[in-house]
Amino acid sequence: MRRRRKRRRLTPKGAHPERSERLTMTRSNSDKQMPRVAFFVTCMVDTLYPNVGMAAVELLERHGAEVVFPEDQTCCGQPAFNAGYRDEARRMARHFLNVFGPLVNRGEVDAIVAPSGSCVAMVKHFYQVLFEGPDYEKEQRLVDLVSGVSYELTQYLVDVLGVEDIEAEYHGSLTYHPCCHLLRELKVDSQPRQLLRSIKSGEIVELPAEHECCGFGGLFAIKNAGISTAMGKRKVENLLQSGAKTVAVGDVSCMTHINGLLKKMGHGCRAVHVAELLNGSVRDTPEAQ
Amino acid sequence: MNIDVSAPYQTRVKQALADDNLRTALDRATSRLSETRAQAVAAIDLQRMRDEARAIKEHAIKNLPDLLEELERNLIANGCQVHWAQTADEANEIVTDIARQRDVRRTVKSKSMATEEIHLNRALEDAGIKVVETDLGEYIIQLAGEPPSHITAPVIHKRAEDISELFQRELGMRPTNDPAEMCAAAREQLRSEFLAADMGISGCNFAIAETGTICIITNEGNGRMATSMPPVYVAVMGIEKVVPRVEDAFLLWQAVTRSGTGQDVTVYFSMSSGPRRSGHPDGPEEMHVVLVDSGRSRIMEREYADALLCLRCGACLNSCPVYREIGGHAYGNTAYSGPIGAVVTPLLAEDPTTAKELPFASSLCGVCREVCPVKIDLPRLLLDLRHDLTQLGSSPKYEGAAIRAYSNTVEKPARYNRLSKLARWFSRILPANTEGDLTKLPPPLSAWTRSRVLPRIASRSFRALWRDGRDTRRGSSDNG
Repeated sequence: MRRRRKRRRLTPKGAHPERSERLTMTRSNSDKQMPRVAFFVTCMVDTLYPNVGMAAVELLERHGAEVVFPEDQTCCGQPAFNAGYRDEARRMARHFLNVFGPLVNRGEVDAIVAPSGSCVAMVKHFYQVLFEGPDYEKEQRLVDLVSGVSYELTQYLVDVLGVEDIEAEYHGSLTYHPCCHLLRELKVDSQPRQLLRSIKSGEIVELPAEHECCGFGGLFAIKNAGISTAMGKRKVENLLQSGAKTVAVGDVSCMTHINGLLKKMGHGCRAVHVAELLNGSVRDTPEAQ
Repeated sequence: MNIDVSAPYQTRVKQALADDNLRTALDRATSRLSETRAQAVAAIDLQRMRDEARAIKEHAIKNLPDLLEELERNLIANGCQVHWAQTADEANEIVTDIARQRDVRRTVKSKSMATEEIHLNRALEDAGIKVVETDLGEYIIQLAGEPPSHITAPVIHKRAEDISELFQRELGMRPTNDPAEMCAAAREQLRSEFLAADMGISGCNFAIAETGTICIITNEGNGRMATSMPPVYVAVMGIEKVVPRVEDAFLLWQAVTRSGTGQDVTVYFSMSSGPRRSGHPDGPEEMHVVLVDSGRSRIMEREYADALLCLRCGACLNSCPVYREIGGHAYGNTAYSGPIGAVVTPLLAEDPTTAKELPFASSLCGVCREVCPVKIDLPRLLLDLRHDLTQLGSSPKYEGAAIRAYSNTVEKPARYNRLSKLARWFSRILPANTEGDLTKLPPPLSAWTRSRVLPRIASRSFRALWRDGRDTRRGSSDNG
């Protein structure tokens, strides 16, 4: 079980903010008016929920960003990393760094934005774990570069674009489930809530035990399907107790798990990605649509 | 107990998930403990306490050899006998030998997870020595013939109703669910045991190096009675329990109690520095301290030293959504369950693959890291263990093949696009319901569709939609 690793266990390694700031500043297009965003769609949104991606892009553009979509992007490598397969995760991560890194390095984009807390957490926090050590100096430079400018969608809208109010409507009762990586890894919570609160009409209700994990957990949902389902059923119970017809979520992973259960159990409420609520694609309770 | 701790992992989990009484008990206890913890930490500067507690433990682990030698010197100066045990077997032999030399017939024990870990009770009983657990929770599981299922609340898996049934059967108690009455029944039994015991055994919460003092914390006072009434006292401690100074022990004490039970402090904080001296009215005639390694050095060699910072408060168990569903016995034949258990159980073992499923029994939600009083990054340790176990080849072969195939595909955009097309086609032919959601997937993905539906792959991916809109967008972005 020996691993070649720097002894950094007891001191967390941080990103090097000064370095990446310097790099983007010297090559920044600060004279351009609109910030340029490289959209990181994520593999699940790309293949299963393209409308969430379209909604996210629309929101960014509506609020003053210019969006580019590097078409060579694929997957950040999180599923492999979480399952313990670091060599495989490194290959996918390297590809991500080679797609997004040069754009940031050349100052062609100011930020990388994804409609997902877990994928952004992978890039910001776990890429430096993957590329720890003297063998990965080249990748480390790219990691420092991209992790400093990677954001989750609502985080970017509020913290960078300064959005306070959302021009969207929703009819019915709405609640919010904070996805674990978004909440605890990225510490993004006030931003999505603020945006959801500013939606016109509709009623925001509290979700009982909202901080509890829904039970998706990546491959955990398959390898420990019994426990995953038991956890998800608690989330569903709490959702039903809240009286909300729709629960907003920031990650389509949680959404797939919660909706998967809701539909199988025959309940009418639904989980919807924040992007689709905030851009007005979803305006009504599920039955009304 | 409805869970066989020596059964395979999936069997244990299945048994746990099917046990409604267990889940009721777990729900009641973990929500109460989480609530009391929240109240207790709200009353202090929590982050400062965590930073200070962590600093003390980090320093201690980094300086373990020196501190242990200082501890030994001072214990000996106080009149204790100090023994070093590399393995669990050695530790059990040492304690059994002490008992034999003093003709010990009956012992009383204060709760100690380290002694559960090394199976001390069994070793003593095999040598014909009776062991009586005096912590109420441990006493109950001893009566029931079960191992503990929680680090601080060993009988958390039983409801009051279950305990009542047990006491009626084993102690002839009259039918009642009243906690006070049930405690009284146990106390009556235990009082006579304290008086009759030839030897008292405890674990150790903190061992103070500068004074040569073993500290144990209890709410029942059984710790003080077990370690001062019998003529011989043996303290069994994991080597990671040593701290430099008295103040360190006092700070960590509060960190444990606030995080673990929500108390400001426990009712008793019992400090034993040595046997009875001339002029003392009471105390044991002999005091022994057994320093146990049993895998702890191995944890450091394996570069998981963070795991040794653990104060054994149980807060991570109380907050874990997985622990709440399955309880401690589902983690197998181990003294340590929940998030910390999933880390130390494989690491303390000579062969980590004997507990290979445990690090994967987590959704990585991160609540454990938030409640840990010494800020152990448990999710990170779980991820590191997952990697190490996979390197040891302990994951199913098909899983590695699937992940390798996926990473092969995904690192090249052209391959990724081809895979998407294939997946789209495949999802069109799989069984679906009227809403177009997939209802049956082939194994192992069938584990998903047993309880959930899955959306089909979208007919047009995001990148296809983007490409479609690109020309229109080019026109509008020029106006940007």
